[in-house]
Amino acid sequence: MNIRVEPQGFDVGAEYNLLRERSENSGAIVLFTGLVRDFNADGAIDGIILEHYPAMTQKTLQTIVQRALSKWQLDAVTIIHRVGKLLNHDQIVLVGVSARHREAAFDGASFIMDFLKTEAPFWKKEVTPQGDAQWVDAKVSDQRARERW
Amino acid sequence: MIKVLFFARVRDQVGCAELDIELPAGVSDVAGFTATVKAMGAAFEQALSEPNVLIAVNQEMANSQMTVEDGDEIAYFPPVTGG
Repeated sequence: MNIRVEPQGFDVGAEYNLLRERSENSGAIVLFTGLVRDFNADGAIDGIILEHYPAMTQKTLQTIVQRALSKWQLDAVTIIHRVGKLLNHDQIVLVGVSARHREAAFDGASFIMDFLKTEAPFWKKEVTPQGDAQWVDAKVSDQRARERW
Repeated sequence: MIKVLFFARVRDQVGCAELDIELPAGVSDVAGFTATVKAMGAAFEQALSEPNVLIAVNQEMANSQMTVEDGDEIAYFPPVTGG
């Protein structure tokens, strides 16, 4: 598995090619990317700031991938999560999964994202157009999405 | 000594990111240690009494009955919102 937490942006095409090189026997690759929205429930936002707990983040992401590997036969996994200041429409996260068959690749990627969103110690702060910043509250819908597994 | 870390909204509430706290005699679990931190002042009492505050011991999610030993790292933070 390739797990990276870093401030800089990533190139989806390059990451796809790297994942494909690690997936010689695969029949499917699923790539998910999460983006910064330019609005929230209260109106426009002007980017986000992402904080994390470095020592725990890496451990948690590894554990999530291990759990996915025990449920599906996955060939290779890439997780990239950015931290720091991000602008509207920036890429935040990439999850890439390869497997022999597409169902495992779809389910594995979905499972990893659902657990990342509810267990990995990242916190988002939204910046308003006035320059204030407010912590984002966790969503009940994310918790429910995880419970289906 | 216990290394105590605070993240995100909890850090803003208590006004610091990191503290070293001596493990008091007789305290051996997360609940007891959290009571010690809360006793440090009103901001700590308020922040750590929020019902959704999460606790990690040595970078693993913990519950209030878990054992705390000298040298542990204990972190307090709100529900996560990455992705």
